[in-house]
Amino acid sequence: MSLAAKSLLLVAALALAACNNPDRYGAGGAGGAGGAGGMGGAGIDTTGLGDPNNPTSIAYFNQRVGDRVLFAVDQSTLSPEARQILTAQAQWLNQNPGYAAIIEGHADEQGTREYNLALGARRAAAVQNFLISQGVAASRMRTISYGKERPIEVCSEEACYAKNRRAVTVLSAGAGV
Amino acid sequence: MTRPMRTPFRTLLAVVLGILTLAAAPVLAQSGPPRIVIGPGVIEPMPIAVPTFVDEGGAGDYARQITRVVISDLEGTGFFRTIGEDAHISRITSFDGGIAFEDWKAINAQVLVTGAVSVAGDRITVKFRAYDVFNGQVLDGAALQFAGTTQGWRRMAHKVADVVYSKITGEGGYFDSRVVFVSESGPKNARAKRLAVMDYDGANVQYLTDSSAIVLAPRFSPTGDRILYTSYETGFPRITLMDVGSLRRQTLEEQPGTMTFAPRFSPDGQTVVFSLERGGNTDIYALSLGGGGLRQLTNSPSIETAPSFSPDGSQIVFESDRTGTPQIYIMPASGGEGTRISGGEGRYGTPVWSPRGDYIAFTKQNAGRFHIGVMRTDGSEERLLTASFLDEGPTWAPNGRVLMFTRETAGAGGQTSLWSVDITGRNLKQIPTEGPASDPAWSPLLP
Repeated sequence: MSLAAKSLLLVAALALAACNNPDRYGAGGAGGAGGAGGMGGAGIDTTGLGDPNNPTSIAYFNQRVGDRVLFAVDQSTLSPEARQILTAQAQWLNQNPGYAAIIEGHADEQGTREYNLALGARRAAAVQNFLISQGVAASRMRTISYGKERPIEVCSEEACYAKNRRAVTVLSAGAGV
Repeated sequence: MTRPMRTPFRTLLAVVLGILTLAAAPVLAQSGPPRIVIGPGVIEPMPIAVPTFVDEGGAGDYARQITRVVISDLEGTGFFRTIGEDAHISRITSFDGGIAFEDWKAINAQVLVTGAVSVAGDRITVKFRAYDVFNGQVLDGAALQFAGTTQGWRRMAHKVADVVYSKITGEGGYFDSRVVFVSESGPKNARAKRLAVMDYDGANVQYLTDSSAIVLAPRFSPTGDRILYTSYETGFPRITLMDVGSLRRQTLEEQPGTMTFAPRFSPDGQTVVFSLERGGNTDIYALSLGGGGLRQLTNSPSIETAPSFSPDGSQIVFESDRTGTPQIYIMPASGGEGTRISGGEGRYGTPVWSPRGDYIAFTKQNAGRFHIGVMRTDGSEERLLTASFLDEGPTWAPNGRVLMFTRETAGAGGQTSLWSVDITGRNLKQIPTEGPASDPAWSPLLP
């Protein structure tokens, strides 16, 4: 990699880090409402969700394209359904270059804290790699794992666990690219 | 943010002085000295007497409170039963006065602990003797005096109990110690977490961080003056080092695009082992705090995490899912493939080497239940000590004979709490905390 490219990457990374603290769960968790992306809250620049009928809005991405994919127990393999959603995510991201993405990996509560952190990272990376393979620039994305720290469903049954084993693509405007 | 109070780690200067005891001709005991051997099998608690310590001037409530803590420490082990004061025949009104051992024999006390407390200004002095009631002799070395500030009165009580416990069991003490943990609040899907530290029995809670960022799995340094933990303060999980005295903290590894977690000190306190995730793959690294840089210890596409040093610093036990499920491995401290030691059914994680080197504690997940267990360092003699919906993350008491861990209840209203159990599976009990609490890590025995 050339020095210039490295510098660009570094600048992009710094921009992401500086403008967009990905921990939207700061201050005790602002993300209780289903973990929908771009909810504002502590530690993140506020981004307008926009109208879900506007195909270039974050709301459209979250609701129409689908911001998340689910995983089997202990797995980070992308299911056919997940690939379908991610293909649509990649198309949208390629058509809307003014957005950057944090990809969050999560695990269900059945596992130790440390292992689940690593597992969440694997899931987030699987999503990122797929999006890269579909032409989304790596410099527009970062990954983060929450392990089992931020379930969206709170029951202790498979119905909830299945929704908690997820990777969520959280968009923000202005950063990256 | 609540301003955290300074911890008494350095403010208390405990002075330990042996009290001169009268030289006496050795008395031949008809039975051996009072002794509890911690091991498998049923142990009947030893009946002992701990009459309220004598107020030798200005001690006020301290004498009563210290006696109460000594009794609580000893009874809390499950090995002792104190005989209530209303059953005592004699009273101890003077620390150096004569003792009517027949009166203590008559109530079947095997050990008698006498003590005295005096306070002058903010200085407190506590002295005690522990007697073998049968022969009227002081247990070898169990006659000491502690002096320090009144703020540290509980520590002095713990030190008294540590000596008594140690003389009777032959094991090291563990009462004069602290536990760093994560204090939790809020609902399960938006839980707020902050670092806190408390005495081993749940007293003297002090908060070390606010709850503005997720904090996980704190660990004490071998001298108890620093804490390593994982924090989302920068937005990403990062291993963080905190100085307990000043509460100053610094992020240790900040390579963009990586995540670092599961840190633990080496026994000399100079090196941090931890997990570093890059591109979805997690391996174990070592970072020299003296500035020696970063070394990669494992290199595998599987998850390698939860490293813990052997007490001599030569080996590291860790968790890997290279066979498909998380299992426990041991490698040289310089790194390598490692040798698997866990062999039973189920998933094994969070291995922690005992400070005595004899056992490895772990979390086991099998058939929908979680267990805290111990095994020998070659994986033999696996023993599960607990079972519940979710038990995880054991930490060793300084004497390597008791474990503390997190227990979480199931369901939408599930809450975490701290529990302890001894390595034979006895004496399972909850540690009192103000609210939900997780991720305990025991300090070394305080100086």
